[in-house]
Amino acid sequence: MFDRVFEKDVAITGIGQSEVARPSSKSALRLSVDACLEAIADAGLTRADIDGVACWPGDNNNGDSFSPVGAPALKSALGLEVNWYGAGYEGPGPLTGVIEGAMAIAAGLARHVLVFRTITESSGRARNRTANALSNKTTGRDSSYYWQWYTPFNALSAINMIAMYAQRHFHDYGTKPEQLAQIALTCRRHAALNPKAIYRDPMTMDDYMASRMISTPLRMFDCDVHCDASTAIVLSRKDMAKDQPNPPIRIEAIGSALHQPWSWDQISLTEMVTGEVGRMMWNRTDLKPSDVDTAQLYDGFSILTLIWLEGLGFCPKGEGGRFIEGGGRIALDGQLPLNTNGGQLSGGRTHGLGYVHEACLQLWGRAGERQLVNPQVAAAAAGGGPLGGSLLLTRD
Amino acid sequence: MTMARKLPLLTQETEAFWRGGAQGELRIFRCQACKTWIHPPTPICLHCDSLDVGPEPVCGRGHVTSFTINHQAWAPELDTPFVIAIVELVEQPGLRFLTNVVDCAVDEVAIDMPVRVVFEQHEDIWLPLFERDQPEANA
Repeated sequence: MFDRVFEKDVAITGIGQSEVARPSSKSALRLSVDACLEAIADAGLTRADIDGVACWPGDNNNGDSFSPVGAPALKSALGLEVNWYGAGYEGPGPLTGVIEGAMAIAAGLARHVLVFRTITESSGRARNRTANALSNKTTGRDSSYYWQWYTPFNALSAINMIAMYAQRHFHDYGTKPEQLAQIALTCRRHAALNPKAIYRDPMTMDDYMASRMISTPLRMFDCDVHCDASTAIVLSRKDMAKDQPNPPIRIEAIGSALHQPWSWDQISLTEMVTGEVGRMMWNRTDLKPSDVDTAQLYDGFSILTLIWLEGLGFCPKGEGGRFIEGGGRIALDGQLPLNTNGGQLSGGRTHGLGYVHEACLQLWGRAGERQLVNPQVAAAAAGGGPLGGSLLLTRD
Repeated sequence: MTMARKLPLLTQETEAFWRGGAQGELRIFRCQACKTWIHPPTPICLHCDSLDVGPEPVCGRGHVTSFTINHQAWAPELDTPFVIAIVELVEQPGLRFLTNVVDCAVDEVAIDMPVRVVFEQHEDIWLPLFERDQPEANA
């Protein structure tokens, strides 16, 4: 148990998102400005109020388009006079910016932190078909701490590692492709109710089973869809949030643990980092998994969502396939509505902050046709392999 | 055309692993004090805190912990399909690394399949790959 839980002093007070396009005609920086201005206005603030900036993974243009805008470019474009800023890849996954921004506020370094994530993999792929392959990470010999163990064996995409997680989950727990399909099918059903989603046409089980194998047992429809988009949120000190227009959404608890090695092949293949992240998060709150009204869980690949469901305790380890079987429990009217905007599988690979954005829309009752009935608690988690973090968000 | 393998930069810790194949040996770090095998190689044994660690040959046999058949041509010159696997060595539970299973039909590979190391030279590096082994060899 933790004796000091700083995140309870921090609230989400505004959200914004650019167009989500495949591809966008706008520049990466323009998409970022669109998202950030919308979030600042939504929080009832002006640019002059923002005194901190955080993002993940920072300016990291490997593969052309994974993260084309970092904190320096965004801060300068908006003329922000910050007292703290920070960004970098080496943190607990795509929600790192939220966690670090909250830390900065709780530590007294800033009052209102702008957190953003920009990704332009759709236009990047149009320029270079291999833009997402890990082989593009560096030229020459690879000395990176981790990729050097994978790329010599032509494991060139994260899907190769994650497919081995799925294969082992299928082997150990009897998880079936027809069960895993429910992640993709559920996301597509929810995307049909999200005007910004990339893929909104119905998908059937036959469509899923017929989609081509990328890396067994994962099919094309187990992979998220590249897009160009930027998402932003404003974090505020809780005592200031009460004067802002949106009812504050409190960060009830975070999970950021990594007890195993930072490695894609040494880590638990069927649990990844989700177990220790979940245990940490639940140790920082009196709430329980059964209190959660909606879960927005990373679906860069479908099997990751299933593993997050288990790791965060929404079902016992190994039971994920049976939990989602038929899709009823994770539908909008189910016990745990999942990825209500279509996730990254159908909504678009906004990569991390999209889950927080959707959780806030739901908690604020602004989710349009897909709005749930008065949700009070949302869980968001993002990442795969050794990369992972989670948030528990509550209406104050 | 076959895509050139993307090769690692050798370090003091990793050189034995990547070049042991020149002598036909798969070399893995081992604690000289408590004899625990260590991979990926690091300068300290996390079992007994000894700093006296270094490479030793293993027998080269193991089994498939998990695998995937990669069908996607991530680059135009990448030959597909091929098998990526995590192989656990017989010397110690959890002593494992990512590799390729070669010289067998891709749909014959299965979890727990016994395998043995074979080396494939690329420049100054001998990649430790694995081929199917006879079950009794692992008994």
